[in-house]
Amino acid sequence: MDALQLRRQLIEYTAELFSEGFLDEQFTQLQQLQDENNPDFVVEVVSLFFQDSERLLNELAKSLSQQEIDFKKMDAHVHQLKGSSSSVGAHRVQRSCISFRDFCNAKNVEGCLECLQKMKHEYSLVKDKLETFFDLEQQLSTTGGSPPPP
Amino acid sequence: MECCFDPQWPADELLMKYQYISDFFIALAYFSIPLELIYFVKKSAVFPYRWVLVQFGAFIVLCGATHLINLWTFTTHTRTVAIVMTTAKVFTAAVSCATALMLVHIIPDLLSVKTRELFLKNKAAELDREMGLIRTQEETGRHVRMLTHEIRSTLDRHTILKTTLVELGRTLALEECALWMPTRTGLELQLSYSLRQQNPVGYTVPIHLPVINQVFGTSRAVKISPNSPVARLRPLAGKYMPGEVVAVRVPLLHLSNFRINDWPELSTKRYALMVLMLPSDSARQWHVHELELVEVVADQVAVALSHAAILEESMRARDLLMEQNVALDLARREAETAIRARNDFLAVMNHEMRTPMHAIIALSSLLQETELTPEQRLMVETIMKSSSLLATLINDVLDLSRLEDGSLQLDIGTLNLRSVFNEVMCLIKPVASVKKLNIVLNLAEDFPEYAVGDEKRLMQIILNVVGNGVKFSKEGSISITASVAKAELLRDTRTPEFFPVPGDNNFYLRVQVKDTGSGISPQDIPKLFTKFAQNQSPALKNSGGSGLGLAICKRFVNLMDGHIWIESEGLGKGCTATFIVKLGIPEKMGDTKFPLIGQSAAKRVQTSFPGLKVLLVDDNSVSRAVTKGLLLHLGCEVTTVSSREECLRVVSEDHRLVIMDMCVSGVDSYDIAVQVQDRFTKRYERPLIVALTGNTDKLTKENCMRVGMDGVIVKPVSIDKMRTVLSDLLEHRVLF
Repeated sequence: MDALQLRRQLIEYTAELFSEGFLDEQFTQLQQLQDENNPDFVVEVVSLFFQDSERLLNELAKSLSQQEIDFKKMDAHVHQLKGSSSSVGAHRVQRSCISFRDFCNAKNVEGCLECLQKMKHEYSLVKDKLETFFDLEQQLSTTGGSPPPP
Repeated sequence: MECCFDPQWPADELLMKYQYISDFFIALAYFSIPLELIYFVKKSAVFPYRWVLVQFGAFIVLCGATHLINLWTFTTHTRTVAIVMTTAKVFTAAVSCATALMLVHIIPDLLSVKTRELFLKNKAAELDREMGLIRTQEETGRHVRMLTHEIRSTLDRHTILKTTLVELGRTLALEECALWMPTRTGLELQLSYSLRQQNPVGYTVPIHLPVINQVFGTSRAVKISPNSPVARLRPLAGKYMPGEVVAVRVPLLHLSNFRINDWPELSTKRYALMVLMLPSDSARQWHVHELELVEVVADQVAVALSHAAILEESMRARDLLMEQNVALDLARREAETAIRARNDFLAVMNHEMRTPMHAIIALSSLLQETELTPEQRLMVETIMKSSSLLATLINDVLDLSRLEDGSLQLDIGTLNLRSVFNEVMCLIKPVASVKKLNIVLNLAEDFPEYAVGDEKRLMQIILNVVGNGVKFSKEGSISITASVAKAELLRDTRTPEFFPVPGDNNFYLRVQVKDTGSGISPQDIPKLFTKFAQNQSPALKNSGGSGLGLAICKRFVNLMDGHIWIESEGLGKGCTATFIVKLGIPEKMGDTKFPLIGQSAAKRVQTSFPGLKVLLVDDNSVSRAVTKGLLLHLGCEVTTVSSREECLRVVSEDHRLVIMDMCVSGVDSYDIAVQVQDRFTKRYERPLIVALTGNTDKLTKENCMRVGMDGVIVKPVSIDKMRTVLSDLLEHRVLF
């Protein structure tokens, strides 16, 4: 596939991600911050996000499996996750964090479990999408095409 | 004595002997009587006539002496004896006469004593009788007290009445005692309680019988005939004489009779009838004291009943109040739930609506950066303007509650009045030309170019008013006139409650929009500015709109210390909308207020901040990385720490700015701000502290201000926003 086609594909994919709500404006901001001094800024930040989220999701799962559920700790974790996802622009993950927080405040264990599943699902979706996105970018740069403006 | 007797007894000597003996016995008697009298006098000290007795005694003694001396005169006697005899007789005669005279005095006295004795006996009998009466009355009184006690010891209606009848029956030994109560209709009396019959049912008499009227007419107990309908309660056993019957009225007092300062008025219309029957075969009659007893009891019963009624009433009122309380509580909780639901809804919708708006704004600004043909650029610019206006509209609609609280604040800034009006014209012209309406804008000659005010809201007001003019006109023209309001024209008779105060720093802008549309009828004009109330003219039902436009306009105009009003001569005659708002004069304005997020355009903004040392505190690695990238992009030198303690350790006067993410768990972020401030004694040495938070509410901002922070940045932060924020901070050292 040549550079132009790849480029168009990338643009379309990006638009799709935005329109389906996986990413929001914050991601655009991140892209804008990437410049010659900081060429891999987005990838770095997103990798940080992946690590952080996986850790936090595991912590949440562990907390919910306890006998005595520590809601406060869970609240702190989900708060962190919400912060990370909003910094990166992972919009749907952020939204599901908000729902989880509500269930957590209402001390609704069933709701929390359900929501956690949803969060995990959203996270894995957005992870896939971002990985595809980075792949496309990588391909584009190897074929020498200029990246589309954020 | 026997020596004086002669031994020979001739016949005439017999006579003399008998005389002798008789005189002797007489003398004996005559001497013993005084002795008896003396004894009697001695014994009875009260006898008032001693002197009489003494006299009488003397008389008798002398008579006896005389008779005694007579004994010696039967034979030949000496002269001495004769003299003694004569003396004795003389004395006796004297005393006898004296006594006789005395007796004449005494006998009337004695007779009157007898009369007095009789009188006293009568008096004693009378007193006895009266004693009997008093005792009876006391008995009655006791009965009444006891009855009253029994009656008043309960507050239950039935018990009161039953007890009354029972006790009365017992006290007065009645055969039958009954109570007739008025029915609900008040036209009949119904037998409600009876002594002998356990469950009286079905007996009713009409209330307007003459005998009943007679009883109701007086408060006394009235004797009635045993044949009257109220008294015929038991089957008459033929040969017996029915006992006397007495009836008395019992007033049924209502609550309304007991006014606060008055005694209960007895002008009640409702009475019950109490009928009492004496036993049928006794010859008993109603005595006065029994009637009085009955009257007293009737009164007591009335009072007791009214107490019972009051108690019932107050219990009912209390139950009602409790029910109302429960209902009110429920309503309050429902209202609270509704309010909470509304707030939640608003919060969620807030977020939901803002997100797509941001996407639109973001993408259109992205689009602006690409290569576009001029027409495309124009289109994109219009999209941007419209969408930013829409974003403001959404903010305002969703923040209607803030408007109503009065907590909305204007974003004051310098604005170009002419360009505001031009933009409005640009936006409205396409719509108007579709409807073939002509729009004319007249700006006065002295129209100022610049002013200070809230540009977005002013444009919104103008747009709304002009838009209404276009919406409700099917043909003709719309004219917009804008001018500076003169002082004398400000005092309009049509707006008496508006007191404009022009000063040196401000002026009043007057905008009038005339249209030739359908007009408004005079009675609809007051409703125009109320929320959600729309003109129900059928031709305009489909013009859409939420009905909020004018209400919001009015609020904004009020915030700008102005006034807005609409006049119309009637349906079909078009209408004129006018508003006056206060704007500031740009050159003379002092320190302008800074909005929360920082102003864009018309100000010199630094594009990069080389060498600015910033300390970033954030415990979320991802957002830390993002913000760091942002600051690096702007050329700052960034040190990042991930916890409060590290912040306190690392902070130094080299750092000009500390950016603190507020959503960190653990120690309160406000605390850290205070601690950092405490570190630095001199104010100019200390770094500026700015909070980074996702909360847009006033409370967070106030708390930050309270602990002495220099600013608040609301996430999400774009590059431009950060640029502006840093620029403002460095220029003014404050962001609030």
